[in-house]
This record gives sequence, C-alpha cells and structure tokens, in this order.
Amino acid sequence: MSKVLVLLHSEQDGSLAKSGLEAVGAAKSLAEGLGGSLVVGVFGGEIASAANAVAGCGAEKILGVAGADFAASRYATDAAAAEAIAKAAGADYIVAPGTMRMNRVLAGVAYRLGGRVDSHVTGLAVEGGAPVVNRWYYRQRMMGRVQRDVRPWVIAIDPGAFAPLTGTEGTASIENVAVALADGSKRTSVEGIVAPAADAQTIRPDADLLFVAGAGWTKKQADGQSHVKEAEETILGFVKGAGASLGSSKSLVDQSGEGEAVLSFLTHLNQVGQTGATPRHPKGLASCCHGEEPHAVGWRFITERRAINLDANCGWAQGKADVLYVADAFAVMKKVNELLTS
Amino acid sequence: MSELQIVVCGGIVPDPLQTLAPQMGPTGPALKNEMMLPAVLDPWAWHSLNEAANLAKKNPGSKVTLVSLGPKAKLQQVMMTMAQKVPFELVALDGPASGFTESAEVAALLAEAIEGIPGLDKSKLLVFGGWESASRGAGTTMQVVGEILGIADQFLAVDQIDVQADGSFKVYERVEGGKHQVSVCAGAPAVLGWATGNLPEPPNNPQIGMMNMRTIMPSLQKAKPTQVKSEGLKFASVEQPQQRRDTKIVKDMPADQIAAEIVEWIRK
Repeated sequence: MSKVLVLLHSEQDGSLAKSGLEAVGAAKSLAEGLGGSLVVGVFGGEIASAANAVAGCGAEKILGVAGADFAASRYATDAAAAEAIAKAAGADYIVAPGTMRMNRVLAGVAYRLGGRVDSHVTGLAVEGGAPVVNRWYYRQRMMGRVQRDVRPWVIAIDPGAFAPLTGTEGTASIENVAVALADGSKRTSVEGIVAPAADAQTIRPDADLLFVAGAGWTKKQADGQSHVKEAEETILGFVKGAGASLGSSKSLVDQSGEGEAVLSFLTHLNQVGQTGATPRHPKGLASCCHGEEPHAVGWRFITERRAINLDANCGWAQGKADVLYVADAFAVMKKVNELLTS
Repeated sequence: MSELQIVVCGGIVPDPLQTLAPQMGPTGPALKNEMMLPAVLDPWAWHSLNEAANLAKKNPGSKVTLVSLGPKAKLQQVMMTMAQKVPFELVALDGPASGFTESAEVAALLAEAIEGIPGLDKSKLLVFGGWESASRGAGTTMQVVGEILGIADQFLAVDQIDVQADGSFKVYERVEGGKHQVSVCAGAPAVLGWATGNLPEPPNNPQIGMMNMRTIMPSLQKAKPTQVKSEGLKFASVEQPQQRRDTKIVKDMPADQIAAEIVEWIRK
C-alpha cells in the first residue's frame, strides 16, 4: 500500500499557511486515489498550532520536529528536519507546499533519500494506479505531464494551484522525531526579514488583482514629454486604492540599469514574465505593456485579464486578454483612481 | 578581504524571444528545431556570473570558473558573446541543454566537473548558479550539486551578497511577498542560487574577450562528452497551452466610461 507524506513547515508564529493546507488537500487526494495512507510531517520552531490545523485530515499519524534550531528558514537545519521526518514516515510520495522555504531544501532532501523531485507542480492526478503531475517548462510556455518510477517522489506544489483543505482543525497528537544535527549545521544564522515599509509594499501575493505596468508609462506622451512623476502617483494610487499587487514588464525594470527614467518603487521583484514571476491572481489589468508570448507568460496564471494600450494589435493583449481598451492609460487610470476614492 | 574560488554553474537556453514548440522524440520530449534555435546563457545563470565577477573584483586573488553543460557547438556560440562581458575560465561539458532532462543527473555531472577543477580549495569555494532556469524552471539543480560536494550552507533566490573582511558574508534571499530574508554565513563553502541580483549589464569589453578566449577555446575543444539518461522520468505528454482568448477590442470609448467599466469589473 502506498504511503503519502505531506511535509509542512510552520510559520514564525507557529501557524500553518494557506499553502500548507493546499498541500494537505493535494496529498489527501493523492493518498485516496492510490488507495494508500496519509502521514503528516511538520517542522518549525513551534508546531502545535500548525499540527492542530490539520489534526482532522485523516492522517494515520502526525510526525513533528520542533525547537529553536528549526524556527528559522535555514538550509542545513531544515533539510535535516525534513530528512528525518521523511525517513520516519517511509513514504513513497512526499507532497509539500512550494514555498521559498521548502523549495530551498526539497531537492537536497530528495537526493539524501535516493529519490527524485518535481517542483512547481500545478496538477496532480492518479491515472492507471500511478500518479501523474503537471508542471510547466520553458517558463510557462509548455505544459508537461510527468510520471516517475523512482521513489520517494517529492512533489512540491505551487501555492495557489490547489484548493486548501478546510475544516480539519482539532487537537493533534504529535509523534516527535529526533534530529541529529551535523557539525556545522548552524554556521548560518538568520538575522530577519527585510521588507518595504507597509505603505511602500507593492507585492501582494494574496491580492485579487494584479496590475502590470509596462514601459509605456515612462515614454514620451502626446505633448512630447515624459511624465514619470505623474505615472508614479497614478500607479501607486491605483495599487493602494484597489488593494492590488504590482507587476512590471522586464523592460520597465531594466531601464534603471540603462540610465533612463524609472519608476522609483519598481524593482526586479515586481518583474513578471519570461524572466520574472508568474503570479496567481483572479484578475489582471495590464497597462502600457507590449510584447509577444515570451513577455506575456506573466499572465499565464491570471484568470480574468484586461489591458489598456494604445495599440489595438499589441501582442501582450491580442488573444491573451479578455478585453483590450485602446486608450491612453494615463487618462483612464486617473479616472479609475477618482472612482475608487469617491 | 577574502580570496575566493567562485564556480558558476550555468546552462544555455533558447533565446527567450524565439517561438518554442515541443515535439516527442524516441528519448522523450525536445524542442522543435532545437539545434537551429539561437541560444543564450540562461538569464539567472548570467546574473550569477555577473555577481561572481563583481565579487572576484572586490576580492583580489579570487577566481571565477564557469561550468556549463550543453551541446559543444551551442556552447561555443554563446561563449563568443559571454566572453566579452566579464573575466572567467570555462569548464565545458558536451551534452544536452534541454529543459526536459533530469536535474539530479545534471547536478551530478556539474558536481563531478567542479571536483575536477585543478587546485580546487573547498575552504574558499562559493558555488553560484541561477536559482531556476529558463528551461526546466525547477530550481532543483544547485541543491544537489551542493549535497554532492558536501556543502551544508545553501541559499536560494539570492539578490545580494556582502562579504566581510573575516570571510563571513551576509546574504539576501527572496521570500514571499517581495521581501528578503537576511542571513549571515560564517564563510565558504556555500551554494548560492541567484535570482536577479542588483548589478547592471556590463558593457562589452574586447580586452576581456581576448583574455577569456585564450582559455575558453581549449576548454571547448576538450569538452567531455556526457549523457543525461533521465532514468525513471516519463513524459505522458508535453504541449503548448491552447488558450488563445477571444479578445474584445474596445475602441473609441471615452476614458470616463472605460474607467467606470474597469472599476465595476474590479469590484465584481
């Protein structure tokens, strides 16, 4: 009988993130599809709350590694904890949320276990008694359906790709797993997280809307002048008013290295597309963006898409957006901001 | 300052502006006309090479070696361009550059090549590479390279490294929500999978190019033939998304009206 381990980490406050619940849902479906059993494994500084959040998920046991050594996201200690849990579980399949913390260690853990790993998994099914995963290749430009013979098979699922399992709260009975940390495991110390000030934060993974700003915002307008300051105020005003997350085309971010006018709040972290992120949001609004398929992969996981552009034949929008408004984004977005604040 | 031995793992990928289409072959999926497509150094690998060169410049006595796996002819084409940018030595492995290959096998080849670098001193070793690639896009290669080399300090999605006088270094790694986790590592050896970094594109420098080519061409000539069998990996299918949307083009609508429509859509 196949055994599926869902491997989780707790957050700094001891809770379990939504992506963790998504992984539990995916792992439970996989275990049911294989007619197998489910084991939960959690590591982190404090894990009781996280384990309690999934106590009723139907797992045969909950394994845990907790303590100050495992509170911070650090390769050596996280990998040791994950390896110990995986060995204690003896699972054929290990499903985990594809968070940055997990993605840092899963490939190394798979290597230690003699297994293989697939990351950024967006679909998971059982066909003919065997799992099949969907993942994208060449930066979201082609979809592959993958099977593997090697076990354990570590499967990191992309946050937002699966429905979270809910209604599983309870009181967990955690089976503690001992971890022998190797010498040198704590050569790295985590100092903390650096984040923009709350009012300057423009990347919001949980926002309902992604607003993508293209290079057109900094180009010369009808009066022959560029209006960068006005563009900044308009874009930030919208992102704040709509509670949107802000993405940017590569060309707009790259301008900072080319000595051209830039939007001061944009960094490579905002970049979406072929060499940036492909975030998941229910809606997306692109403005002043241009480009063909390689640039437009930033749209891949956006459900409803609209665009504002002066070019009706723009490759960013044609065939990729649901609605393309052929209009001046400055004029439209100013009006939008007025409506949002009225 | 510290003398560092920086090894950059960097593969080649099709030029991002090319149209890509998959096809199934006898050994699995591949890109249609793959050998005809112009190639570039993988964007994130390039960022890491750029950062490596910058770090080496700041730490006199340091050396940068690029280890690259790809078809020899393609590697040569890409190196002609890359050699103009920053100083490095090349260790070339003649093999597939496909995104459909098994990352663990690729990692084993890279690790073996690193172990074979003459004069390798692990106490000074920083292994750089892209955190993901523009081909497989998995972010699963560098960790295995580190595991094989016995390196326990690994960092993923790095945007900045600040090396201190005592050899320790501060690393800024991307985490969710546009933030960075800041860590301090006691020093080499370590593995850093780079995100974009903060450095501008360096201009072409013919002098660097001439210096690099003195070692790059011999390295390409003696590139070791390798195989990536991708054992146990099976593709049920590989296809391009068929999601061309029926775009509604709205022309000649006043800005006020468009704005009202957008706000209604946002609030829906």
